[in-house]
Amino acid sequence: MQTKRMTFPGRWLPFALLAPQVIVTLIFFIWPAGQALYQSLLREDAFGLRSTFVGLENFARLFRDGSYLNSMSVTAIFAVGTTLVSMSVALLLASTVNRMIRSRSTYTTLLVWPYAIAPAIAGVLWWFIFNPSIGIVPYMLEMVGYQWNHRNSGSDAMLLVILAAAWKQISYNFLFFLAGLQSIPQSLIEAASIDGASPFKRFWTIIFPLLSPTTFFLMVVNVVYAMFDTFGIIHATTQGGPAQSTNILVYKVYADGFVGLNLGSSAAQSVILMVIVVVLTVIQFRFIERRVNY
Amino acid sequence: MVENRPWANFFAHTVLIIGVALVVFPVYIALVASTQAPGELMRTLPLLPGSHGIENYTQMWQSGISSANSPPAALMLWNSFVMAMAITVGKLSISLLSAFAIVYFRFRFRMFFFWLIFVTLMLPVEVRIIPTFQVVADLNMLNSFAGLSIPLIASATATFLFRQFFMTIPEEMLEAARVDGAGPFKFFKDILMPLSVTNIAALFVIMFIYGWNQYLWPLLITTDPDYTTIVMGIQRMTSEENPQWHLVMAAVVMAALPPVLVILFMQRLFVKGLTETEK
Repeated sequence: MQTKRMTFPGRWLPFALLAPQVIVTLIFFIWPAGQALYQSLLREDAFGLRSTFVGLENFARLFRDGSYLNSMSVTAIFAVGTTLVSMSVALLLASTVNRMIRSRSTYTTLLVWPYAIAPAIAGVLWWFIFNPSIGIVPYMLEMVGYQWNHRNSGSDAMLLVILAAAWKQISYNFLFFLAGLQSIPQSLIEAASIDGASPFKRFWTIIFPLLSPTTFFLMVVNVVYAMFDTFGIIHATTQGGPAQSTNILVYKVYADGFVGLNLGSSAAQSVILMVIVVVLTVIQFRFIERRVNY
Repeated sequence: MVENRPWANFFAHTVLIIGVALVVFPVYIALVASTQAPGELMRTLPLLPGSHGIENYTQMWQSGISSANSPPAALMLWNSFVMAMAITVGKLSISLLSAFAIVYFRFRFRMFFFWLIFVTLMLPVEVRIIPTFQVVADLNMLNSFAGLSIPLIASATATFLFRQFFMTIPEEMLEAARVDGAGPFKFFKDILMPLSVTNIAALFVIMFIYGWNQYLWPLLITTDPDYTTIVMGIQRMTSEENPQWHLVMAAVVMAALPPVLVILFMQRLFVKGLTETEK
């Protein structure tokens, strides 16, 4: 890794400058991560008095545990659902805004602000709109004969949290798609339209393939978002229910550790999540090195 | 746009107006709900704002919801603001310093420290909840602003961004400064800082929103109502048996307003910060 050609002399100064960042990292990142690794190999007795070394038993148990496997598939559905909904809406809006000339910045302003809203608040907003007794959407759904109830129905609850999570993420995807669209050379599109390609044809054969680097990047970012940043949505609304149908992995770590006080199992779940973050980060960084190219 | 198709334009505007309406819809409903009288929200919600806005907001601002054990919104907003500012300023200052060290000095273990900072990217709070909580408890930092902010101020993204930016500053700057006899601190204060103002401002917007919207962390380490932040306070209000939605929605609007205003008024910086921190 490079530095400047010319640098400052100084034996201790660089360490002093790095110290605050490094100390915070060691105390609040490295040490707890190490603790999680260590605790994942232990089991505490029922009173929390003694702990015994059990090796990989906690992990083995997790993979035999029906509720953990359920949580994994719930997380997968949630992540895929959120990513699909928010990316497709954002792509539709971005490619439409990109056609506009005078109104582009107005529409952009109107679409970017949900980024600022906390996941927990997004959750509460949608929870309120879909509230079975006073909410506006269940009222409309009832007119077409559907009884919405996210308190009993697992699929209703899942749909609700996906909507809330996707809604908040639209603005982020929109901005990146818009930037991607603006970097596509106009001459390609002009050439295609001279050859008689319709707007639809141009979108699917030229624009969409050229957007694939952005699309791929956003896919990774959205999966990370859905897996790790949506704790607030779940906690403020369904709390993992009904019947664990929205119990995503991040929520389960919290629920098992803080509410269930099963430290060994919670630590093992933390370790699995860390492995997932590492894999996703590596994918994201490799992508930046070598973009999907045509 | 390469050709003129009036129908396509009409269609495009329709799509966008529907899109904007869908995006605005939840917040519009919150505004409507926050202006209703208490009894109005027992039945299906009216679609137009009511006339009780001022009293609902005043009540929420001054006294909160006592049955939900929720402090006044004024206090919670202040707590959120202090936490967000502490996280933002903390992240920016320690990242500037460490990027300065990494770019402008040659020392042993430089690579090691670089990777150590990088690793923090891979350890979001959500995956190391319990051990981090234990550390903060052992340090007696529960129920304090230090506990709310310090564990969150390490930042790999900000450090990388500043490193990238410092690398683009011409070598001649440093050479000229050294010829004129400037030491590291003078160089940092009089040359690097003024050059980084736009980057700092862009990151400030992103970090402020990040700090303001913290949820899990304050939830874990504050039990004292005096430290309740607005985002977690709202969750507490909704977990009542029969939530007082007209007040809850007033709190939701107040909680969302500051970060939304930051984005609207600093849109250019926000977009710059967002696209650069991710790349």
